[in-house]
Amino acid sequence: MIHGLLGKRFTRLALAGLASVTLTAVAPAQTPVKGGTLNGIVQPEPPTLMLGMNQQAPTIYVAGKIYQSLLTYTPDLKPQPELAKSWVMSPDGLTYTFELEPNVKWHDGKPFTAEDVAFTVDKFLRKTHPRANVVLNRYVASVTALSPTKVEFKLKEPFGPFLSLFEVSTLPMVPKHLYDGTDYATNPANQTPIGTGPFKFKEWKRGSHIHLVKNAEYWKPGKPYIDELYFRVIPDSASRALAFEKGDVQVLRGGDVDNVDVRRLRAIKGVTTTTAGWEMYSPLAFMMMNNRKAPFDNVKVRQAVMNAIDKNFIATTVFFGLAKPAAGPFASTTLFNDTNLKPYPYNVEKAKALIKESGVDLSKSPVKILSFPYGAQWERLAEYVKQGLEQIGFTVSIEPADAGSWAKRVSDWDFDLSFNFTYQYGDPALGVARHYLSTNIVKGSPFANNQGYANPKADELLIKAASSVDQNERAKLYAEFQKIAFEEVANGYLAELQFATLYRSNVKNLVKTGIGLNETLDDAWIEK
Amino acid sequence: MAFTSFLAGRIFKALLVILAIAALNFLLIRLAPGDPASVMAGESGATDPKFVETLRTRFGLDQPLWKQLLLYLGQIVQGDLGFSYRNQVPVIQLILERLPATLLLMASSFVVSLGLGVGLGMLSASVRFFNRKRWLDSLIMTLALICYATPLFWLALMMVIVFSVQLDWLPAFGMESVGANLKGWARISDIAQHLVLPTLALSLFFMSVYVRLTRAAMMEVMMQDHVRTGFAKGLTGGEVLRRHVFRNALLPIVTFAGLQLGQVAGGAVLIETVFAWPGIGRLMFDALLQRDYQLLLGVFLITSATVIAFNLLTDIAYRFVDPRIRMEGGAR
Repeated sequence: MIHGLLGKRFTRLALAGLASVTLTAVAPAQTPVKGGTLNGIVQPEPPTLMLGMNQQAPTIYVAGKIYQSLLTYTPDLKPQPELAKSWVMSPDGLTYTFELEPNVKWHDGKPFTAEDVAFTVDKFLRKTHPRANVVLNRYVASVTALSPTKVEFKLKEPFGPFLSLFEVSTLPMVPKHLYDGTDYATNPANQTPIGTGPFKFKEWKRGSHIHLVKNAEYWKPGKPYIDELYFRVIPDSASRALAFEKGDVQVLRGGDVDNVDVRRLRAIKGVTTTTAGWEMYSPLAFMMMNNRKAPFDNVKVRQAVMNAIDKNFIATTVFFGLAKPAAGPFASTTLFNDTNLKPYPYNVEKAKALIKESGVDLSKSPVKILSFPYGAQWERLAEYVKQGLEQIGFTVSIEPADAGSWAKRVSDWDFDLSFNFTYQYGDPALGVARHYLSTNIVKGSPFANNQGYANPKADELLIKAASSVDQNERAKLYAEFQKIAFEEVANGYLAELQFATLYRSNVKNLVKTGIGLNETLDDAWIEK
Repeated sequence: MAFTSFLAGRIFKALLVILAIAALNFLLIRLAPGDPASVMAGESGATDPKFVETLRTRFGLDQPLWKQLLLYLGQIVQGDLGFSYRNQVPVIQLILERLPATLLLMASSFVVSLGLGVGLGMLSASVRFFNRKRWLDSLIMTLALICYATPLFWLALMMVIVFSVQLDWLPAFGMESVGANLKGWARISDIAQHLVLPTLALSLFFMSVYVRLTRAAMMEVMMQDHVRTGFAKGLTGGEVLRRHVFRNALLPIVTFAGLQLGQVAGGAVLIETVFAWPGIGRLMFDALLQRDYQLLLGVFLITSATVIAFNLLTDIAYRFVDPRIRMEGGAR
């Protein structure tokens, strides 16, 4: 009964949503309405919401409403004020000073000050953040609170992408008064996250849902508009699609449902689809070929592989059109992408000729594809690549793996060929260089230079480009690097993934920035 | 006296079995490649191998395996199921949060499948017994065959599409209306509505087994001499069926009921996944994928304890169903 009522109300909401679409054409400026509940999905259920300790995609999605960083980013990746009102860089590129918003409070009522920023970056994240700690320890010398609203970052050497670091999952601000002097990992505060964001943590029923409520003391006056957020745990992909179809949830984040369902759901009336809001992350899918052993230690063989695989087919069929063929290591939505680079054409004859030229006897080195355990489309991709390689003479088999096995084997370089996709984090020095620097050929992480690519020239270009603050110079260095990575097939570039956000059209202002749904959603509102 | 010593012996053995299971499980899950630290590094995009090593040290995974095993067993003996490093919560807390949901689902599907299955099986056997309306027997057997052969997850999804998406009669997911904040009877009726589809999906398979089991057992008994004696001493067909046929056919049903109850976690994983039911089966599956060793072992331990407990209950039930079975001297 209760359910029937909800259903009817929802239909009415959806109809209202439809009506509004027609209205917007006439009167584009709508006044946001306060109130309402927004239901999304958290998939898979994260272990914790303490964003400083865990940066899994679902953690960022939920905790991005609770925690904030100093900056956020436009779709073309320009820094925008968030907790910092303004900032200046010294001419030598070694000092950055941020002016903070004055009236910000933590959810427990304590004021947020420059001391919190200094503690978060200089002490907490240096220790806890598995990705940012590398950058912080290498480039950041000190962080000092000059006054309650002024904080100064001193760098050890100039670092071009410094201002791209302040995305919420990279440097989320955590409260000093709860964490300083404690054992961060076991601090009970991790169970009840306290941030500065527009939504407060209310309840987490494991296996069922996470509940966030409006922060009435939020520092941006009049915001947020929405009263309550629910993130529901629905473990099965087909069930998640049904939950959206039925109206139990109003927002699907990219990856919540398989691409095959996206096609069906986006056709429903009153549903809006966008692939915007992923510019900061710009996930790029690639094939790792283990450069340490035959046959992939031979660059001609790697080039042959790239010629034997149809990147257009992968984008349109394997990923159901929610992808674009990738040419090189940089996604086209990020800075410094060299647009002159075009993907290897699909040419089986050329591929066979390259194999012949390489002199490698393929029958002596059978290839095992280690499957990438993140959904059906990756299994299809493995099958397609198998077929592509077999037509030029490889002997190929596919090894299944679950997430734990995959991470372990890739970290230990125990594979011939596997797939991966990684976020680019707005700057090549943050998201791309890690896969190619020869200093990053280390065991223990699946997101390092696992394929074992080493080229001193590429190293030099990447290091120079990272420590330059002159954008034109950086562009030149990166263009040269992209050419080398492409020609030597440092990785097999396959596709730029496009994650589709689907939502009921009565939800407004949902995706506005370069970090999309990971944004605080303090601007989003629901039309009645 | 005999009964108490039987019980004491069985419980002592059960404790030893549980400890052995714990040790075996501990070693078995280590055969899967990867550990909690590597999974966590994989999920968070860690680029620093030192970070993973730190995690490993914190979780105690850098110790030799035998030492970890001894530590774990020592902890179990003291009644401590350990700490889930991944969730940062004691294992027992996670399990207790999720156990009621699974028990509820299991209890309701047990009642439904046993009731429907035995009822239909009896009906089917009796129409043959009286040689009337034999088409009813064929219909029931066909139904049972279909339910037996249909994959659970497919059936579950179809039920969601028909009863939830198309007809909008019943809620599709979860155990309660999220955010409705219901109290008292309203809450109970809300949970009951959420329970219908998962219970049905989970029951149909077991129901079909009970149908076939009941029917076969009853038909076998019908051939026996004491049934003829019953008629000879002037009992009606209904009385013979109830008192002499059905009671004698009960043993295999009790055996299977014990087996079904033992499958608390295993059978529910699929249903809990499709219906987003916040139970222990799903907790176990996630723990497995995430290599959350302590949590996984905790769930295994609880489920093996339930299996053993239900086996014991089954053995006791045998005695009531068939007084010829004795329980002296420990095992049956």
